[in-house]
Amino acid sequence: MMTQAMSAMFEALRQKLGPQVQSVRADREDEIYLLLADADIRPITEHLRGQFGARLVTVFAEDRRATEGVFFNYYVFEQKGSAQYLIVQAPVRSDSLEFPSLSAELPAVNWQEREIQDWFGLKAAGHPNPRRVALHDNWPDVYPLRKDFPLETVLPPFEGERHIYRPAFGEGVLQVPVGPVHAGIIEPGHFNFAVAGEPILYLQLRMFYTHKGTEKLFEQLPIHKAVFLAESISGDSSFSHGTAFCQAIERAANIEVPLRGLVMRTILLELERICNHVGDIGAIATDVGFVIANAHASRLKETLVTLNEQLTGSRLLRGMVCVGGVRRSWDAAQLGALRSTVDSFAREFRDLISLIDRSESTRDRLEQTGVLRPDKARDLGIVGVGGRASGVDLDVRRDHPYAAYSRYSFRVPVYQAGDVWHRMQVRIDEVNESIGIVQNAMADGLRREFRVPVPPIPSDRCALSAVEGWRGEIIHWIRTGPDNHLERCKIKDPSLNNWPALVEAVQGNIIADFPVINKSFNLSYSGTDR
Amino acid sequence: MFKILQKTVSTGTVTVNYPAEPAKISERFRGRPSFDFDKWKDARPAADVCPTGAISLSDNDESRNVTVDYGLCVFCGLCAEASSDQAVRVTQEFALATSDRRNLVFTAEYTLNADRTHGGLRKVDRRLVDAETDVESLGQKARDTIQKILGRSLAIREVDAGSCNGCELEIVALNNPVHDIERFGIHFVASPRHADMLLVTGPVTRNMELALLKTHRAMAEPKVVVAVGACGISGGIFGENYASLGSVDKVLPVDVYIPGCPPRPQALLHGILLAVGRLAERLHTDRAG
Ligand code: SF4
Repeated sequence: MMTQAMSAMFEALRQKLGPQVQSVRADREDEIYLLLADADIRPITEHLRGQFGARLVTVFAEDRRATEGVFFNYYVFEQKGSAQYLIVQAPVRSDSLEFPSLSAELPAVNWQEREIQDWFGLKAAGHPNPRRVALHDNWPDVYPLRKDFPLETVLPPFEGERHIYRPAFGEGVLQVPVGPVHAGIIEPGHFNFAVAGEPILYLQLRMFYTHKGTEKLFEQLPIHKAVFLAESISGDSSFSHGTAFCQAIERAANIEVPLRGLVMRTILLELERICNHVGDIGAIATDVGFVIANAHASRLKETLVTLNEQLTGSRLLRGMVCVGGVRRSWDAAQLGALRSTVDSFAREFRDLISLIDRSESTRDRLEQTGVLRPDKARDLGIVGVGGRASGVDLDVRRDHPYAAYSRYSFRVPVYQAGDVWHRMQVRIDEVNESIGIVQNAMADGLRREFRVPVPPIPSDRCALSAVEGWRGEIIHWIRTGPDNHLERCKIKDPSLNNWPALVEAVQGNIIADFPVINKSFNLSYSGTDR
Repeated sequence: MFKILQKTVSTGTVTVNYPAEPAKISERFRGRPSFDFDKWKDARPAADVCPTGAISLSDNDESRNVTVDYGLCVFCGLCAEASSDQAVRVTQEFALATSDRRNLVFTAEYTLNADRTHGGLRKVDRRLVDAETDVESLGQKARDTIQKILGRSLAIREVDAGSCNGCELEIVALNNPVHDIERFGIHFVASPRHADMLLVTGPVTRNMELALLKTHRAMAEPKVVVAVGACGISGGIFGENYASLGSVDKVLPVDVYIPGCPPRPQALLHGILLAVGRLAERLHTDRAG
């Protein structure tokens, strides 16, 4: 399938870049693959960014040595105003194993390139900081995502340091290590602060403590079971990741989900957003001592979680999404509960926000705290809530409509101030928009089908799927294999993009404000580490 | 200020009274699948769909062993949907915590017909998960223990040893005004040195093994360890692989297991109260000894 616009683009790229551009194919209307002759991604990246203002969404690799004799790197680009994803596929030779790094110009892919190094044993030549990121330093030299590495490999006990932190010099400069086990009930990760008195000079992170082989495991599970693994990538985003995964399979197999299935997914995606945003608003309030606001927020969250259970049998919305739609439809009682809970929630949420708005001290503490400047946010490739509070106007629901989003109108809030207050403000606005979406969607397509039967999934098909989870852009990319299995499943949680935002935002703030700044991003460790 | 008070007063009391009163849960909640082993004519469809291998089969020529492990179950209900003979049902049972891992495993042996469906049930070993689920008295006992023996407060240190964060959400929910675990005098604390109980989630990752061990070591005796959720009990859907060690009891001695994916707050509370009982026993023997 090659549209006219595509052949024009192909010709233009050919003229510009010559025979390095080998071929172009459209697996589907909004997913175009461009095959390069070699691993040198730099010229085309420069061209796409310079000429088209394209944004590099994600970078990942695949071991295709057995079938094609090479590794492939995939570079996913999007262009403002276009729903298409352009995926540049660059072979990395299995003898040299090298590909040129883009991280010096594009810090956004810093971690992702290092992940490719760690998991595939490829080398990002010219990377400004090529140290391990996804495997700790004390791991032996193993490359878990290579096809010749068995999932069940038992590694010997680890010895030595997991990570050598850069030293901090200067009079009165102290290093404060925190973690991996933290004081509260949160996920593990290690923070190393360099402080001069109270202010934080810089923060170094050591993540991937919860790395549990998820991408590799996807290659072993039959697809219908893998849906449950997708739901366990990040528990607070069970439905978003589950949906992203099912969508990927549906795209690969040309399965068309019927209208009510799409609508119900939309409703549940928005309920997941509301639920988490309310929880975060409460948690941010707690961290500045506004405990009453949190008591209300967490109570409101509990009513939504209870609704989740009524709608799906699970408080985390698990076991509902499936390839082909959703598993069950809703009866009158469930629809009634949905309507009344959302209506009363809308009222109570207004009350909660007016409580917060009236609290001068809360505003005082949150304004100009943890500022992420828009230029930094853009350079670092920050997505989701953290991006939109710092001028990054991205939202997959609007930019690459999926589920039933094109049927409803909603506003995407964007602010420039980039502080904790505005990250909270983005959440508040989004909750209000989500309430509107849910109310509009409730009765939409009510009598239509919600699920289609799933045929055997054809082998060797690639598909990209994107979902705007409540944190931001979730990407799943798959290649199907024989017998309803996957050859590869790439997961990108928005958290992976956004940790550097935290590093940036805490600089110059006092260490006592770290918890609230961290909470205002609220990133998923499990989503990052997989 | 007035506004805040007004909001607080108009909201009233929201805290539930579980376990003194039964939990009010939605009738849609998916709890433990129950198996009518006498009626079950074919376990294969259920085993085929079960995402975590909680239902596993081992066949030989004329017989089949079926194992159901609630320590692996994520309560998805697929087994019930897949079984046409009505022998598998989704129940609302959630208080499944137990101090004996073996209590979570049922086994059955069937003779097989020529078409591999079940002929007859030869034997079944169904340990009673609900032997320990008289939650009401459990709650009362735990309250007494905390009051009288522990000086009115029980301190829990939570460690995420690799979870997906689903269990953390429910543990956090225990502290919300609805579930309000503090009404039992139970607190979550920052330092393991102050903790009586270690609540562990996740399959234990290779990268968290050491931190988990260190946290446990830092706790004073007597102490109890609770493994939370399918992953904590068995490794769950992640199982064991190059990055995951699997169950918590591979690393630490576990006193109580709380099934669920994640366990709902009431299920967590049930397991925690059960663990308070274990702690009381240990205090008792320590003192006596
Ligand atoms: S409910 Fe439990 S036993 Fe049944 S299919 Fe799901 S995980 Fe397996």
